[in-house]
Order: sequence, then C-alpha cells, then structure tokens
Amino acid sequence: MSVLDAKIPQGPLKDKWTKHKNDINVVNPANKRLIDVIVVGTGLAGGAASASLAEMGYSVKAFCFQDSPRRAHSIAAQGGINAAKNYQNDGDSTYRLFYDTVKGGDYRAREANVYRLAEVSANIIDQCVAQGVPFAREYGGLLDNRSFGGVLVSRTFYAKGQTGQQLLLGAYSAMSRQIGKGKIKMYNRHEMLELVIVGGKARGIIARNLVTGEIERHSAHAVVLASGGYGNVFFLSTNAMGSNVTAAWKAHKKGAYFANPCFTQIHPTCIPRSGEYQSKLTLMSESLRNDGRIWVPKKKEDVMAIREGRLSPTDLREEDRDYYLERRYPAFGNLVPRDVASRAAKERCDAGYGVNDTGEAVYLDFGSAIMRYGKEKAMVDGITNPTEDVIRELGEQVVEAKYGNLFQMYEKITDDNPYKTPMKIYPAVHYTMGGIWVDYNLMTTIPGCYAAGEANFSDHGANRLGASALMQGLADGYFVLPYTIGDYLAGDIRTGAIPNDSPEFMEAEKQVRDQIEKLLKNNGSKSVDHFHRRLGKIMWDHVGMARNGEGLKQAIAEIRSLRDEFWKDVRVPGKANGLNPELEKAGRVADFLELGELMALDALHRSESCGGHFREESQTDEGEALRKDDEFAFVSAWEWTGDAGEAKLHKEELTFNDIELKQRSYK
Amino acid sequence: MNLTLKIYRQDGPNAKGRMETYQVADISEHMSFLEMLDVLNEQLVAKGEEPVAFDHDCREGICGMCSLYINGEAHGPDRGVTTCQLHMRKFKDGDTIYIEPWRSKAFPVVKDLVVDRSSFDRIMAAGGFVSVNTSGNTQDANAIPIPKTDADKAFDAATCIGCGACVATCKNASAMLFVSAKVSQLALLPQGKVERTHRVLNMVERMDKEGFGNCTNTGACEVECPKGISLENIARMNREYLKASLTADKD
Repeated sequence: MSVLDAKIPQGPLKDKWTKHKNDINVVNPANKRLIDVIVVGTGLAGGAASASLAEMGYSVKAFCFQDSPRRAHSIAAQGGINAAKNYQNDGDSTYRLFYDTVKGGDYRAREANVYRLAEVSANIIDQCVAQGVPFAREYGGLLDNRSFGGVLVSRTFYAKGQTGQQLLLGAYSAMSRQIGKGKIKMYNRHEMLELVIVGGKARGIIARNLVTGEIERHSAHAVVLASGGYGNVFFLSTNAMGSNVTAAWKAHKKGAYFANPCFTQIHPTCIPRSGEYQSKLTLMSESLRNDGRIWVPKKKEDVMAIREGRLSPTDLREEDRDYYLERRYPAFGNLVPRDVASRAAKERCDAGYGVNDTGEAVYLDFGSAIMRYGKEKAMVDGITNPTEDVIRELGEQVVEAKYGNLFQMYEKITDDNPYKTPMKIYPAVHYTMGGIWVDYNLMTTIPGCYAAGEANFSDHGANRLGASALMQGLADGYFVLPYTIGDYLAGDIRTGAIPNDSPEFMEAEKQVRDQIEKLLKNNGSKSVDHFHRRLGKIMWDHVGMARNGEGLKQAIAEIRSLRDEFWKDVRVPGKANGLNPELEKAGRVADFLELGELMALDALHRSESCGGHFREESQTDEGEALRKDDEFAFVSAWEWTGDAGEAKLHKEELTFNDIELKQRSYK
Repeated sequence: MNLTLKIYRQDGPNAKGRMETYQVADISEHMSFLEMLDVLNEQLVAKGEEPVAFDHDCREGICGMCSLYINGEAHGPDRGVTTCQLHMRKFKDGDTIYIEPWRSKAFPVVKDLVVDRSSFDRIMAAGGFVSVNTSGNTQDANAIPIPKTDADKAFDAATCIGCGACVATCKNASAMLFVSAKVSQLALLPQGKVERTHRVLNMVERMDKEGFGNCTNTGACEVECPKGISLENIARMNREYLKASLTADKD
C-alpha cells in the first residue's frame, strides 16, 4: 500500500463532507484558548483561516512578508468567484460546478475534495455579502453574474475587475476584528524561513523580522501554510514580485511531499512582454473573453503589414481575420478553458501569425461587442436611426462600465487605447495547480502541518478554471480547515504551550542563520536577479506551454549547473541586521533553483498531456492534449531525499466513481 | 533616455537621512518607474553598493504597497495611477527626478523610501469591519436587495488600496480620506449599518491617537488618490461622526 492516505471519508459523494464534519473530533471552547496555531500568509486562504480560527477561540499567530495583511497577492485577482447559487436559473447545481471543475482540471483532481468545494461555494457568497463585500448588483438590487471559461452557465460573482481585492479586504476586515481583540497576533514584514518539527510533528517556524533582521523562533501546536503559488520560478509571471515558494519548499525539505509540481497555468490573456528590463507581466482578466473576440490575420502578408505599421488592425476586413478559437471550438468559442486558449495562441504565433514585433501577440477585439452593446443602448434610450458614431460611443460607455479599470490598466501600460484598437495579448504564467500534497483534511504528510489555498495541490487537477482560485482559497480558509484542524488539535489539549528553545528549534534557527551568512559572505559577481532571469528563461523555454522529453532533460542539466553557479557567484550586498530586500530575494531564488528542477523532473516523468501540462509526444491528430488514463490517473507526490534531482515519487491513485473519464472536448 | 535621480536615503529608523545623486542611462520610455529603479539597483549591486530600498509588490496598481513622492507628487506626475503603473514616457531625456518617501509623523521611515504604515492597520482593527463570524450560516446573499446606486457607491469607496498617498500629499498629514472610505462603504450597506455609530467613533478616535492631522478640505488627497476615492466620503464620515457623537449610548 502507498504511504499516501488521502483519508477520504466513506459513503456517497454528496454526503461525505457532512458525515465527516459529524465524525471528527472537536476541541471545547475552553481548551481552544490554550492552543496556538501559526498561519503563514494572509491571502484569501490564510486571512480567512486566521480570522475563522481566532473566532473559534484558538490563539492565532499570523505572518506575512508584506507591510500589511491586506497586500497579499489575492488582492490582484480580477474577474470573479464561482458559486453554485443558480441565481440565473440556468440549470446550475453543486453537481454541475463539481463536474465542470473536474473536467476543467482534465480529470487529475480528487473527486471528494472538488465536490466539497462545490458544496461550500454557495456559503462563501452569503458570508462575503454579510461582511459587506460590495459585489456587482443588478438594478433590482440582486447580485449579478457573468460567465467564465470552460462552463456553459453564469455562476461567476464579481466586483468589476477587482473581485480579489474586495474579497481579500473582506477577509482582512474579519482578521482586523480579531487583531483588535488580541485573538490574532499579527506579524507584518516577517518571512518564514524554516519549519520546526518536534517529535515528528510540526511545532513552529523560524521567521526573519524583515525590518530588524532578527531571527525569531515561534512555536505552536499546528502550522498552516497559506503561502500561495510558485509561478515566480519563471521570473516573469503575473504574480507579485514577492510571491515565492520558500515557506512551502522549506516544509517540503522537512518531509511534506510536493504534488504535481509540473501543473502550472499559463493564462491566455496577458499583456505581451515589451523588453528585457521587464519585471513582471500583467493579466487582463478572463472576464474580457465574455465580450472580446480573439483573432489573428488569415494571411501572412497582412501580418507583415501590421508588424511594419503599414496596416491598422481595424482596417482589416472581417473575411481576412481568423477568429481561431471560434473556428476550432464552435461550442465554447472564445470561452474555452485557459490551457486550450493559451495553446491555440501559441500555435498561431509559432506558425508566424503573431501581430507584434516579437511575433508573440494576438488580438483581443472589442469592436463587435461595442457595436452590439451600442445598438442595444440606442434602442433602450429611444434613439431612432443612430449613426455608427453614436452607436460606437454608446457601446464604449457600456464596455467602460463593465471593464473600465482593466481598459485603463491596459492603456497605462501600453499607451494604446483599447476602445479604438484591439488589445494585444499573449499567454503568461499565472497560477500553479501543483503544490504541497494534502489529505482530505488539508494536512500535509507532516502531522500538524496544513496547507491551504494555492499552496496546496488539491482541487484544480491539471488546469484551473477561471474564478475558481478565489473560491478555493476562501473555501479552505473559512469552511474547511477550521473544522478539520480541530480533529488533530483535539489530541493536543493536554500538551500545554510548546517551548521554543528545544534543541529542534535551536537547530532550525542555526540552519537559517547559516544560510543567511553564506549568502552575505559569498561576495560573487552577479546579482540575484541575474540568476532569477536565467532560471526563468530555462523554465519558460522547456517547462512552459509545451514540453518534450529532450527539452526537459536539457532543462534539468541547465538548472543544476545554474544552481552551482548561483552558490559560487551570487552577490548579496548589505547586512543581515536590517531591511535587506536583496537578501530576501536571494533566499527565495535559492529555493526556486531547487523547485525548478523538481518541476522538470515531474514533467519528464508524466509523459502524457493533461490540462496545462502539454507533452508534445502525446497529442491527438488535431493537436489537442492526449491523456493516458491507464498510466497516469494519479497524483505525483514527491518526497525530498536530500537533492532536488533525487526526489522519490509516490503515487496517489485517482478513482472516479461519480464522473466518467472522457477525453475533454470543447468543440 | 538619460536621467539624474536625487533619492532620499536613510540607513535605518533612527539614522539621519540625506539626498544622494545617481545617474541612469538608456532608460526606455516603456519601462515602469519601478523598473527604472530596478535598473539603478542592478547598477548599485554591480558596484557593491547597497541598493535603494523601496516598497512594492503586485506592480499592477492594486496591492497598495508602492509609494514614493516623485518630484513633489504622491505617485508621480500621472493621474489615477500608483507608482508601479507610472511609465517613463511621462519623463524626458535629461530630466532630474526627485524621489522621496511618504512624509508623515504617523508613517515613520523604516529605511530609504520604505515607511511604516501599520497605523492604517490599527485604524482598521478599531472598527473597519462588520461583526459577523465566518460560519457560513448567514442568510442567503440575495435575501436583502441593495439598491444598485448604494452598492456602486459602496464599491467605489471600497476600492481604496490603503497606499497612504492621501496622507502623504495632505499638508496636515490627515488620514480622513482613507478612514472615510471604509466608514462610507460600510455605512452605505445594510450589513454595516448596525454598527455604524460605534464604528465611526472608534475609527476616528484611533486615527487621532495615531497622530494624523485634521482635514481642512483642501482636496489634495482626492487629486492624488490613485483610485479616485471621492471627497464626498469625508463629508459622509463627518455626518456619520456628528450623528454618532450626539446619539451614541455611553456604555
């Protein structure tokens, strides 16, 4: 038997969660006060978990590296949050959300976890409205919805293009209430640099106070990692500059298995890169695909004319445009899932149809939506025989009301007016479905160490659907973890406070100090960013949108030698005892240099295509991803054995009782 | 383009500050302002000097972490943007650019251009919330219809990113725009109305304790706010405060 026990409750799918909640142990209120829980990260998952645990009575210590919990990168999520409310009466249900999510993830997620996610999704919306989250509403005062990729219903709740911000501020306000009561002790500008294990259980962390440089030992009865994803391994991504894998990676090296590291999401609609100096990429929300149509020219000569500035895209006739998503996927059209849309863009650009100087851009065009909305608005306003200009102006107003902040963001970055000329977009790294392996209770393979939100692997399989990350983060934080953690902590009511000066703590502290000293004394010749950029290029070229055996082997070799070079030649200026952003980056990049190799190894091992993981050797005649269910219907969970290249693979078999495995089709 | 940068540097919270001069060359107009500072920092690292510390994270104008007083304006010369969204096309070759941290007693300098804004967190902890537990057992989200105009106004107030530009730009270092945005959001929604009296009293009291100045209605905060938070929120907060002062039960 595998060492991995997912602890999925028995019984019918739809009763599992209810039954489980009734079966697990609970801690009585008086004892909760005596139990400490550390939460690392204050995004949707961490913020929600901290607030909920504190409300329940636990003593919570929350950590974030930013200057306030409100800055966590969940704040940048734009489009929306899914919930099976069926307010639009379009046949939505818990089962349909569950089905869409498992199918969208290309059948590489755990059924029981996804069903639970769909089940609690409706509570999230109720909860957030009660907290004062200002979701978009219709004139009748009820909540509005829109559609996202990979589904045929409207179940996405939103607050303009700032849904993540509003949800995070909701979680932050719930945290603030508990901080004010002293139930959460908040550690801003603190970074977790080591997990401490005592007697086989996670009992605390070592954190660096980023302002004073002090190394601190924090003990607790359990540790929750809600530290987000690892997309920044690619250097350029839509993640925040500070987003990193360090907390998760340190836990991995202490015994937490890392699951499906090669499952990364390349988001189809981002602003293309413009130069070598670029520090990050900016997402244009998937919600834009509700109204924007994606195309490239049909003829190469038009492509050249556009690149050379001789032809404006708005002058190209309809019949000379290739709306390739509508052509290839008539059923879902521009709203195919992200992995499909990204690959289709890459296919056109690789074939030479990219519309900017780098050849890596396609159009996202609002021209027809503007005219359609304009005509509608003219009708409503009672304007008879409106001119084309009037229609366009009215249409632009409608589009501005829907997507105004996104259009403004685009214009500020590119200096192009997207109301007048189509946006240029290209896929970019956005989200990581892989993460720390967790069981049904969200516990990692280290007892007492939990992982929530993007940091874990559990719900999105090989591809996440739009507006599902916010759902999962809040579901884990508000409604799952606060219950399941009690089952474990019930065994700790007589333990008493955990001392933070045991040999295990001292040893972990020493490891942290040693690494910091090593980095500062290295005195090499190249900056941290220099190595990070090179790592990003290797990852993008070989472990990006399309992967093959040869390329992956090459990537592994290149990452290994880059890692050696980093430790020989990196230069980290400044001191340990004070604010030192270069030192922070250096520690993070050191971890990315190990993770990158594991990602390539995992991608090499999984010689099937599924979701965001596309192996060129495994595709259908039409160029679609070809899964191999008989060989690969499992979760790869990697165990650290002392070297990134020597990780040991464990498999968690995925069984599908309530869904039939089918080749995914969006045609 | 080639630029001269005059940057405020301070080694630590208690150190004395100074202005330093740096040159950067071959800056592309497509770069963001922070990418230009990245170029400077790469140069400094290459020379073995300590790079300039500045706060930043999402680099897409939403996290509120970046700050910077650029040529005497919070978030620089462009309107409706944060520093990370400011692009170098707003400057020209040969320009001298002055870069300073936010200035306010309630935002002490941590290092160089980094300031401590935890006073904002403490104001939030004093009342910037609805007291509802996260049990999920609330009523259905559509049980209380909210007029679209109220929901929209609440949303507009709620888009505040807590960057502190309003404080930095105000001659009194007042935090009224920040505090009023949260007070307004929650006062406009039925869910927040129950606690409105105590909320506004507690948040204002905390704001005063943190050492922020008062509002004299110059409106500079509204001009510099990257999210266009309206001065109307301050008026609404003043109404809320007055009403609360007269009607609050003393307990």
